[in-house]
Amino acid sequence: MTNLLILIPVALFLGLLGLGAFLWSLKSGQYEDLDGAAWRILDSDDQPLDGEVEAEADD
Amino acid sequence: MSCCASGAESAGELETLRLALPGAEELALSGRRLGNGLTQCDLIVPDVHCGACIALLEKDLPKLEAVVRVRVNLSTRRVAVVVSSEGSEAGRVQSKVAERMQALGYPPHLPDPDDEKSDPVFGELLRSLAVAGFASMNVMLLSVSVWSGAEAATRDLFHLISALIAAPALVYSGRVFFRSAWQAVSHGRTNMDVPISLGVILAYTMSLFETLTHGEHAYFDASLTLLFFLLVGRTLDHMMREKARSAVSNLAGLAPRGAMVLGEHGQRDYRSLEDIVPGMKIAIAAGERVPVDGLISQGVGDMDFSLVNGESEPVRVKRGSQVPAGTLNLTGSVIVEVARAAKDSFLAEMVSMMEAAESGRAGYRRIADRAASYYAPVVHLVALATFLGWVIATGDWRQAMLTSVAVLIITCPCALGLAVPVVQVIAAGRLFENGIMVKDGSAMERLAEADYGVFDKTGTLTRGQPTVINQQEIGADALSLAGRIARHSRHPLSRALAMFDDGGTCDDDTVIEEHAGEGISVKAASGDIYRLGRSGFALGDEATAMSGHSSSQAVLSRNNKIIADFRFADVAREGAGSAITVLQTMGFGTEVLSGDREGPVEVLAKNLGIERWTSSVSPKAKVGRLEELRREGHRVLMVGDGLNDAPALAAAHVSMAPASAADVGRQAADFVFLHENLEAVPVALTISKRAGKLIRQNFALAIAYNVIAVPLAVLGYASPLVAAVAMSSSSVIVVLNSLRLRRKGRGIGVNRPAAIPVMDRPVSGPVAT
Repeated sequence: MTNLLILIPVALFLGLLGLGAFLWSLKSGQYEDLDGAAWRILDSDDQPLDGEVEAEADD
Repeated sequence: MSCCASGAESAGELETLRLALPGAEELALSGRRLGNGLTQCDLIVPDVHCGACIALLEKDLPKLEAVVRVRVNLSTRRVAVVVSSEGSEAGRVQSKVAERMQALGYPPHLPDPDDEKSDPVFGELLRSLAVAGFASMNVMLLSVSVWSGAEAATRDLFHLISALIAAPALVYSGRVFFRSAWQAVSHGRTNMDVPISLGVILAYTMSLFETLTHGEHAYFDASLTLLFFLLVGRTLDHMMREKARSAVSNLAGLAPRGAMVLGEHGQRDYRSLEDIVPGMKIAIAAGERVPVDGLISQGVGDMDFSLVNGESEPVRVKRGSQVPAGTLNLTGSVIVEVARAAKDSFLAEMVSMMEAAESGRAGYRRIADRAASYYAPVVHLVALATFLGWVIATGDWRQAMLTSVAVLIITCPCALGLAVPVVQVIAAGRLFENGIMVKDGSAMERLAEADYGVFDKTGTLTRGQPTVINQQEIGADALSLAGRIARHSRHPLSRALAMFDDGGTCDDDTVIEEHAGEGISVKAASGDIYRLGRSGFALGDEATAMSGHSSSQAVLSRNNKIIADFRFADVAREGAGSAITVLQTMGFGTEVLSGDREGPVEVLAKNLGIERWTSSVSPKAKVGRLEELRREGHRVLMVGDGLNDAPALAAAHVSMAPASAADVGRQAADFVFLHENLEAVPVALTISKRAGKLIRQNFALAIAYNVIAVPLAVLGYASPLVAAVAMSSSSVIVVLNSLRLRRKGRGIGVNRPAAIPVMDRPVSGPVAT
C-alpha cells in the first residue's frame, strides 16, 4: 500500500508536468505556424537566433 | 503536403486578381509601432508555399536598408516585417520591401484592418482539450485499477482521487458545453449540449455521493472521456472554419482603405476612409478603385463597373459622370469630388441590405440541433422512467438513482456529437483540395438541400474579362504587334491582347503614349505611328463611322491605315456549360439574374441552356426574386460575385462566390472557390450531398447503438466498465464510418489544366525545391 502513496503523486505530477509543458508551448506561439515549422526543420544552414528575434511572427 | 499543392495551384490561377502593390501611404497607415523606433507591418503573400519561399524571403529581405527582421508564417501566408523607423518613413521602407517581394515573385498585399489575427476561441478549446485529456487519462488509470479488483479502502481512495482530479477539469473543460446549454435552456430551446451537460453533471454528482458513502460504482472516467471526445469534435470543427476564414480573408482586398486627398493648395495627403467627407477632392490613378461615391470633376478615363452593377463593358467617364464606390479606374487619372462619405456610400448601402436579407437564413437549424430536439426529450424521459420504475419495483431510491444516471451516461450523445463535425471536417478538407473554401458546417448541410440555382452573369458565368473572339481572322504578325503595344496598358481589352505578346522588345527610341479613354499610340524609330484603340482614334477622324460596338472592338493602325480589327467578348467561364448541365440533371432549376444589358445575357443563357434569364436587375430586385422563389418552396443556391450580388448572396438559402468577387460578396457567400472552373459548383454540391448521407448514416449507427445499450442500462447492467467500453466503441465506429468520405477515385474533383504556370517563378538562392 505504501508504494501507492508515492506512485500516485508521482504519476499525477508527471501528468501535470506534461500538461504544463503543452499549455506553455501553446502560449508561446509554437502552434501558430505548423506548416512553416514542417519546412523550417529542413532548412540546413540554420543560424543562431540573435537574441532579438521572437518566436512568433504576428501577435 | 497537400496544403502546399493546393495553395500553389490557386496562386497560379489567381493571376487575374493581381492588383497594384500597396503604396507607401497605405503601408504607413497599417504599420504598428513596437516602441524603440521599430514598426511592424504584416503583409499577406499568397504565393508563399514551401520552405524555399520562407528561406528566400527571410534571407533576402533583411538585406534591405532599415529592415530589422522578417518572419514568414506559412500557415497564414503572412510575412511580418519589422523596420527601424516610424511613421511615413516606415511606410517608405515597407514599400521598398513590397517592391523587392514583387521582384522576387511574391507580390504582397495588405490584410483587412479589422481582420482579427489571434483566435481566442481556438486557444480556449485547445486548452480545454488538453486539460480534459490529462484528467481523463489519469482518472482512467485509477479506474482500471478499480475494475481489476481494488477493494474497500483502496477503491475509496482511488475514487476520491478521481473526484479531486475530475472536479476542476469538468469545470474548466466543460465550460464550452455548459455555456451553450444554458443559453439554449434559458431561451426555451434544447440543443445537443443540454443532454451532454446534464449527463456529465449528474454523473459527477452521483459518483461523488457514491464515493462518500463507500459505494461500488463511480462514473468519473465516463464523464471525463465523454468531454474529451466531444472537445475533439468541437476543436476540429473550429479548425475547419478558421482555416477557411483565414484563406478567404487572405484573398486580395478589393476595397481601398483610403484615398489621396487633394488640398486647396494642391498638396496631396493620404487619408483613411473614415476621414473622407463630402466635398473633398480625391485623385484616382489608373488601376485604383474609387473608394466612395462621387462625381468626376476632372479628367477622362474608362471605368470598370462590373463589380458594381454587373455591366461587362468598360464605361467612358468624363467631367460630371457619377462613379459609385467600387468602380475600377482603368485608364487615365481622374479627380473625383466626394459626394457621400464611406459610411453612406453604395458599398455601405449594399452591406445594410445584406444585413436585412440575412435574417431569412438565421432561421436555419443545424441538423445536429434538429436531431437533439428529438433526442434530448426521449433520453430524459427514459432516464426518468427508469428512475420511477426502479423505485416502484425495488423501493431502493439510491439504486434507482444510480441506474438512471447510468442510462444518462450511456445515452449521452458522444457518437452523435462526433457524427456531424468529423464528417464535415473531412468534407471541408476534400473541398479545400478542390480549391473550394467552406465557411462553416451548416453551409454544407444547406447546400445538400438546395434545388434551384440562380447565377449572376458577369464574373460568375463569364470570366468577367474580354477575350479576343476573331483571332483566326488576324495574322500572327498583327497579333504579336498588338500584344506588344497592349502590354503598356491596364485596359481590359489591352490585357486580353497582351496575351499575344511574344516578349519582343521595342527599340529604345520608341515613344509610347496612352490616351485615356482612346487608346495607345506608338511612335516607332522608323517614324511610323502605330495606334491601337477605338476605331475613331486609330484611323484618324475620317473613319469614325466604322461598324460595330466601339467598346468591344479595337483597331490597330499604322499611319492611320488599318492593320487589324479585333473583336472582343466576355466568354463563358471554363466548365460553365458542363456545370449547368450537371445541375440540371440533378434536378435543379437554373436561372440567370444579371445587372447587364439584355443582349449579352440572352446569348449566354441560351448558349448554356439556362431556361430563365432576367437582365438589368437591381440588387433589390435580385433579393426580391429570391424571396419569390423561397415562397414557391425552392431552396436557392445563389452564385454571384459583384457588390450588387452581395444582398442576394446573403438572402439565398446557400451561396457561392468566386475568389475574384468583391470583398462584401466573398464575406456574404458560404463557399468561395479559387479555381477559374465553374465545375466547383457541382463538385461542392456532390461532396455536400455525400457528407449529408454519411451524417445520416452516423445518426443511424448512433441510434442502433442506443437501441442495444439502453435496455442494458435500464435493467441495471451498465457498470462503469460497460459504459466506458460501449461509449468509446460507438465513437470509434462513427469516426471510422466518417473516414469513408476520404476515399478517392469516385470521380469527384474539378478538372484542372495539366500545366500550372507556377513553377516558372524565379526562385533563386541555395535552397532546392
